[in-house]
Amino acid sequence: MQQEMVLAMLAKEPSHGYQLRARLQQALGPAGDAMNGGQIYVTLSRLEKAGLVTSEQAAGLPDRPDRKVHALTAAGQQRVAEWITDVSWPGPGLAEFHLKLIAAAAAGLADPLAIVGAQRRELLRRLRDAQRAAMAEPEGSEAVLLLEGIAARLQADLRWLEACERKWAGRKDRS
Amino acid sequence: MNDIDRTLVLRARGLRKEYGRDAGLVRAVDNVDLDIGGGETLAVMGPSGCGKSTLLHLLGGLDRPSAGEIWLAGRRVDGLTERALARIRCVAVGFVFQAFHLMDELTAVENVELPALLAGRSPREARRLAADLLEQVGLGDRTTFLPAALSGGQRQRVAIARALANQPAVVLADEPTGNLDSAATLDVLRLFESLHMAGQTVVIVTHDSRIAATADRMISMRDGAFIDETSLTGGTRGNLADLAGLGG
Repeated sequence: MQQEMVLAMLAKEPSHGYQLRARLQQALGPAGDAMNGGQIYVTLSRLEKAGLVTSEQAAGLPDRPDRKVHALTAAGQQRVAEWITDVSWPGPGLAEFHLKLIAAAAAGLADPLAIVGAQRRELLRRLRDAQRAAMAEPEGSEAVLLLEGIAARLQADLRWLEACERKWAGRKDRS
Repeated sequence: MNDIDRTLVLRARGLRKEYGRDAGLVRAVDNVDLDIGGGETLAVMGPSGCGKSTLLHLLGGLDRPSAGEIWLAGRRVDGLTERALARIRCVAVGFVFQAFHLMDELTAVENVELPALLAGRSPREARRLAADLLEQVGLGDRTTFLPAALSGGQRQRVAIARALANQPAVVLADEPTGNLDSAATLDVLRLFESLHMAGQTVVIVTHDSRIAATADRMISMRDGAFIDETSLTGGTRGNLADLAGLGG
């Protein structure tokens, strides 16, 4: 599991492990079905060792991982802020970008529409590069097909970003 | 308003287009301001129904705004008479449409020379110009073909040549790749790229991200208004190798 995903779910407020799990399940739906329940605790303990998360034992309860309340440290908050402004692609999977929008909105860290806009700019620039490269290839070039594939994928990603924009714009209008 | 920047080819202020009234009032274009510099390629993107085609029609004088001001090549055009507007449309604006809008009974070269003839050029001059333009768009060997004998991509290239016939201040294109397959799209993209290199001012409204990506600047439109504007001329942080799956 990506550490950023767990950090992002913690951005809103300190939480128990089972709450994080429920939030992830809700956000990911069937795509998250394969997620193993224990993974989140493994990731949390790694994040704690890295100094990005602290955990506090709730008083008077047995020492079990799901009794702990986890919170972001200053370094953890910093990491989440960097992650939200990162527009590299295709590095993050779809789930990671999806969770980024959810976390940014839930914790009030950034406007999801601004995140979508920044990502779209980046993808359009890449599409421009791929197309320029395709246009510059000589007639009959084999490489054009690969460049067309890159352009087709970027187009598909851009279509998905349009859907993200519509969805989040709708939520904003209702609130 | 005497301080209009002469380098601006198109300028709009407070542009609005409304249909219907009372509860049924639709603001197809809602208070849009726009400046387009000479030689710039601008893409306006948005979902269908966002008002981008209406905006293009207003900018090109095909339709009248409900309110607002438009300057084309330094001249205020929103209050012109129908006759004066038709003249401006003919000489200062080149239109490219999704469905090509060629005259089926005219050959390629006859389609391209038509705007030049309407603008008052001699038949000989218009024909020479049209033949040159068809050569430029790679159809020098198709001048006498009827549109029906041409592929979609070729028809759109004829339409682009026709749009250039009177050396317009601006080319306005409405979903120019909307009816084309991938290979024909690449041809049309190439053509827009060469117009850009030649310093032609172009405004493209589209929901095809491929053609939007050829622009210098991209505006996102929703519900009649601009919601985001971005320059696309900067470099990227990614590279083709990563995108092709060759990244380390």
